[in-house]
Amino acid sequence: MNTNAKFIVVGGGLAGLMTTIRLAEAGCHVDIFSIVPCRRSHSVCAQGGINASVNTKGEGDSPQIHFEETVLGGDFLANQPIVKGMCERAPEIVYMFDRWGVAFNRAPDGQIDFRRFGGTKFHRTAYAGATTGQQLMYALDEQVRRFEAEGLVKRYEGWEFLSCVMDDTHAARGIVAIDLISLELRAFRADAVVLCTGGVGMIFGRSTNSTICTGSAAGAVFKQGVWYANGEFIQVHPTAIPGEDKNRLMSEAIRGEGGRVWTYQDGKPWYFLEEWYPKYGNLVPRDIASRAIFKVCRELKLGIDGKDLVYLDISHLDPKALEAKLGGVIEIYEKFVGDDPKKVPMRVFPSVHYTMGGIYIDNQHLTNISGILAAGEADYQYHGANRLGANSLLSCIYGGELAAESAIQYVGSLKTFASEVSAKFFDHELLRQKEANDKFMRSRGHENPYRLWEEMAKWMTDHLTVVRENKNIKATIGKLEELTTRLEHVSLDDTTNWTNQALIFTRELENMLVLARVIALGALARNESRGAHYKPEFPERNDRQWLKTTVARWDFKSIELFYEPVDTSLITPRERKY
Amino acid sequence: MAKFDTIIIKVKRQQRRETKPYGEEFHLPYRPYMNIISCLQEIQKNPKTFDGRRTSPIAWEQSCLEEICGSCTMVINGRVRQACSTLVDKIGPVITLEPMTKFPVLRDLVVNRKVIFERFKQVKAWVETNQTSGPGTQIAPELAEKRYHLSKCMTCGCCMEACPQINERSDFIGPAAINQVRLFNTHPIGAKLKENRLLALMQGGGIEDCGNAQNCVKVCPKGIPLVTSIIETNREISLGLIGLLKK
Repeated sequence: MNTNAKFIVVGGGLAGLMTTIRLAEAGCHVDIFSIVPCRRSHSVCAQGGINASVNTKGEGDSPQIHFEETVLGGDFLANQPIVKGMCERAPEIVYMFDRWGVAFNRAPDGQIDFRRFGGTKFHRTAYAGATTGQQLMYALDEQVRRFEAEGLVKRYEGWEFLSCVMDDTHAARGIVAIDLISLELRAFRADAVVLCTGGVGMIFGRSTNSTICTGSAAGAVFKQGVWYANGEFIQVHPTAIPGEDKNRLMSEAIRGEGGRVWTYQDGKPWYFLEEWYPKYGNLVPRDIASRAIFKVCRELKLGIDGKDLVYLDISHLDPKALEAKLGGVIEIYEKFVGDDPKKVPMRVFPSVHYTMGGIYIDNQHLTNISGILAAGEADYQYHGANRLGANSLLSCIYGGELAAESAIQYVGSLKTFASEVSAKFFDHELLRQKEANDKFMRSRGHENPYRLWEEMAKWMTDHLTVVRENKNIKATIGKLEELTTRLEHVSLDDTTNWTNQALIFTRELENMLVLARVIALGALARNESRGAHYKPEFPERNDRQWLKTTVARWDFKSIELFYEPVDTSLITPRERKY
Repeated sequence: MAKFDTIIIKVKRQQRRETKPYGEEFHLPYRPYMNIISCLQEIQKNPKTFDGRRTSPIAWEQSCLEEICGSCTMVINGRVRQACSTLVDKIGPVITLEPMTKFPVLRDLVVNRKVIFERFKQVKAWVETNQTSGPGTQIAPELAEKRYHLSKCMTCGCCMEACPQINERSDFIGPAAINQVRLFNTHPIGAKLKENRLLALMQGGGIEDCGNAQNCVKVCPKGIPLVTSIIETNREISLGLIGLLKK
């Protein structure tokens, strides 16, 4: 690798850190940007585990079955070859974390233990208590620290990505970022930029996501010409604690370890998932479980006390085993609700959880714009129309590895390096970002950015989650346009140029509003039901018309959709039944 | 459930590093299930003090809101803890919010905790391995479980805030970093760097500066046995010293 070459990774979660490590291992210089210290990235919230078919329990599991179940779980919308690659690589990925000292739970013989998760009948999920994401994150963060000590990696923690710097051939040559404390704007040169900026949960207000998951970076590059695919596919997790400030995830691992979902019917507990899906029971995939709970609460009006709540029950299980395997989630419930789930059934409801759609990438993680790549939840590959539990950590790691490899290849083919490109491109982008900041700083309207956000989130949650009706989606699109106009009349209540969180949030909100429209437009067009996308008006999957990827493209303030075929070369689509 | 209608929030604010701190008071209508974060979010939506004066929204750090990222640590009613897991019903109706005191204040409740990560680097808190494929070494379930408890540290800073030995006159490395030494020294491969880690703790500001106040373990939100980690690590150092003398 040419030692003049420079790489930028945006995002310090699992995908970002993995990309960084693979780049540094190849001797590349990397600047990594993260809003929060990497160790606080949203990946730490992943609870249940990471899938890898190693078949230690002799159940006959294999990467091929993992692949088939992932494709089926995604309702055949995922491009298959790249999913196959991920499932084949999975065992090595788990071993790698094992070598790096992750405290995976162990079977009595000292081998890594595996548990069950949704959408499979095999014990395929390696886990570290109920804080697997945190444990994997720390392992990667520690490995990156080694490379920092060697001078290959430089961290910019507390910096937020604002945009890419484009040259006259419309290739990315670097980024503009802002220091969240001093508000300094700075341009950074790079030959390739890998965006690992996570999902968009904040568009829905209360979700299981961290508050940093705004999708702002994806929205920003979308407006610079990067395509965004399958935006309409948003996973709603069946079991979360509804909260004032956020919904807190109650891991699928709870059901994997024997937790049961029920409500009262005629005064008696009714285990509706077990009754409706006898084969998989409580471990049907997330989209199906969420719709079932919606049906019970909204249609049948059988929620607890008539509310949007059902029971998630582990009170019949051995308390000691629960502590070792689910301690982390039990603790969350105890802390935030006050009851002990080992004694009292938990009260839960579905919540926005995961962004299946994302930045458009090819099977090498390259976007349609030269020099920009994406990986992790920020990209759209791997999960199709619905993600299986414990596949997200895996796709972040695998995607990060692939993206690093492709970035190196791409940079190897360059004729000029970013370090040689004229300063005018960087100055131009800096100026554009400064003006965007100034616009909001100067604005003295009557709108409060946080209230605008709340309004957007309510519309998106009401009309673009579990049940979607075309007339409501249309109304939402109208509302989003109205909110975009009202954003011009914002008042920040803070005009200081030091740690101005209102300014940063308003910039993010501007990008959230764009992606919200991408999500809504994609959903409006897709007149079928597939995976997480469910329209009562079109209740069936329609492969003849809709077995295709939605791609959104920015065209001077308007959003255009076009479609691409899905690569189904390995498994013929069939009906998805559980 | 709580028996009050109004939540009174008193915040210690500071515009910049170099400016003087000042207090501001906010009144919010009570709603059930509020935590400190939802209070701060309410103020954000309408930043006005209790007497109707317009002010800037309060700056604070947050991310996961489920007490696993460590971001939102602050001093609440005199005790260091996470804002997300502090429920108004349990502590209300009068709530004081202050930034931590052992880290430099950047603005309002935002502090600079970089030092924690620097400390981790100092003690080589990682496993160094050259093996590039295949599973790692087998680990007994008991050891895995013990290490898991140590590995839950979210670098929130509570232990350092509560430690009387960390102050302007001392650069004690603090309980979190010492716990990392124990975590990595108990890993079969990680133990390769055991001596380096112990040596790092024998420098000035090292483990000897621990005054055994035991505040750290009381405030750790993750229940990490920090005092045990310090004792165990100290024992390792003593044993190591004996080994060195024998050589």
